[in-house]
Amino acid sequence: MTIQFNEETFRDDYSFRNSEWAIKRFPFPFHEDSYMYSVNMEQHRGGPEGSVYEKRFDVDEHYVSEMRDRAMVLADDPLRCQSLPHMTLAGWDTLELIMVSKSEDYPDLFELHRDGDRWRWINKPMGIDHTFTFLDETTLPCDPLEYITRQAQGDFAVLDQRDEMLYMDAGMITTQADWSLDFDIGMDFFEWHAPVPLAHEMGIFKRALKFLLNIQQGAPARRLNWTMTVNPLLDTSPENYHKWGVQKTTLTPENIGSKQHLRVELQTFYRLPRSNALLFPIRCYLIAFQDLVSMPKWGRRLHRVIRDLPEELATYKGFIDNRPMMLDYLSKFDDGLPTSPGVFPDLESEPPLQK
Amino acid sequence: MSKFQFPESIKSRPVYGTLEPRPGKAHLLIADAEGAEAILDLAAQDADLIAKAHIIFIPKGTDYSDKLRALNPAQYYEGPSYEASLQRLRHVLAHAHQGLQVYLTGTEGLMGQAQNEAMQAGIPHTAIQTEHRGSVARRMQCVHCKGITEDVMHDPFQCAHCGLHLFVRDHYSRRLAAFQGVRVDAEDPGNIPDPVELYS
Repeated sequence: MTIQFNEETFRDDYSFRNSEWAIKRFPFPFHEDSYMYSVNMEQHRGGPEGSVYEKRFDVDEHYVSEMRDRAMVLADDPLRCQSLPHMTLAGWDTLELIMVSKSEDYPDLFELHRDGDRWRWINKPMGIDHTFTFLDETTLPCDPLEYITRQAQGDFAVLDQRDEMLYMDAGMITTQADWSLDFDIGMDFFEWHAPVPLAHEMGIFKRALKFLLNIQQGAPARRLNWTMTVNPLLDTSPENYHKWGVQKTTLTPENIGSKQHLRVELQTFYRLPRSNALLFPIRCYLIAFQDLVSMPKWGRRLHRVIRDLPEELATYKGFIDNRPMMLDYLSKFDDGLPTSPGVFPDLESEPPLQK
Repeated sequence: MSKFQFPESIKSRPVYGTLEPRPGKAHLLIADAEGAEAILDLAAQDADLIAKAHIIFIPKGTDYSDKLRALNPAQYYEGPSYEASLQRLRHVLAHAHQGLQVYLTGTEGLMGQAQNEAMQAGIPHTAIQTEHRGSVARRMQCVHCKGITEDVMHDPFQCAHCGLHLFVRDHYSRRLAAFQGVRVDAEDPGNIPDPVELYS
């Protein structure tokens, strides 16, 4: 299908909207009526047709506007994209993986023509037609990681692997759930996850690390993570927290349906061929509560998950103060009926709201 | 009493040990303030080590200088500040031979910054020891303006650069040799809790 790209903003007037198509394919993260941390990994080898899991790097209606927002973030703060000196090769690996995947998965939008190391890259939605020499930084306007991730939705952490450990040694981080690449760059897997409550004690990170260290070329993995964001703001960075934090206080019972967004990260993990680094794309999807509850199963389930979430998690995810108001709103969409297992909305089989 | 037992914390927060003599042809000892006491303890265990040692000491108003000089180290330098000693430190690290042992002691800010220099110079982390002595003050980075505020003793504190009131996190960057400070009243502007002394 041909994608109609939205003209929209993720700041100021927040004109971001999800079409009906985008709502139906939203990566709802709860496969049952409760939530706790887990090493919820699965293979990233496609998914149902039209779903966000189908392609290696999902492109949706927000693509062009998200890339414009990224350019604005980078203009304000170039430190959102950094690579330690030994990570340039991993940047080229990333560029190759994204260009090859996008040109194969979306041939109507992207083309890659390779003649030895002379590569021509055509990105139609962004109006780019560029010929360069693979592995020669002087033929690109910026380093390869920055070049390609200015053209790919979602954040990208590039993890170096050595001594049975992963290190956050490069990244393009502009749509993050409140963590700073500039602060965390160079940290090991346990260090950059240090502020996360409960999960260390549960052994989550030890198991996750073991899994990630063993990801092989051609066998990527994926998982979902989630949090809450008031207003469709992509750049919820600690750098700008002193500006956006106050937006959490603007929720009212009247505007919560349109202002409060569930923020879901589709995290994928790719072994890179030359550098042996691990590419960790973190793709952010936003959905307003009022759109989410248009799927009866999701309305029922989100209410139950948020209601029963341990206090530490609601605090860490930053919505403990707004939880009562969220529950008042969501309870209207929970009639107590059972929900079908799995994340998909099952519109055809799930009953409509009975109240 | 210059030793302080830090409570257990998150995994990015550094932990420090106790300096012990290690075999080596050359020893670089860097200390500020009460860190001098750790050097004196080390010297008591192994006077030969001190004879091959280069001591860089930043007194920060303390009076350990005469005692350190009396140890007769191979080289002794006293700097008015860490920044003032930095060029010398870099010179020493750049001209170091394989097998150099590095001993860092004193405040967290001093140890963190000197460790960063040593790592950048290619000194393996296994050749670097640390021992905290003296003040528990922290070197803080404001995550908003990126400015560093030295010797922070209270939580929250005011950023020396942008003026925001920041709370003191335990999240620590070795590359910046700093803890992270985040605006304390971001979600309720003007509501700034009374500052409490760290570990009080």
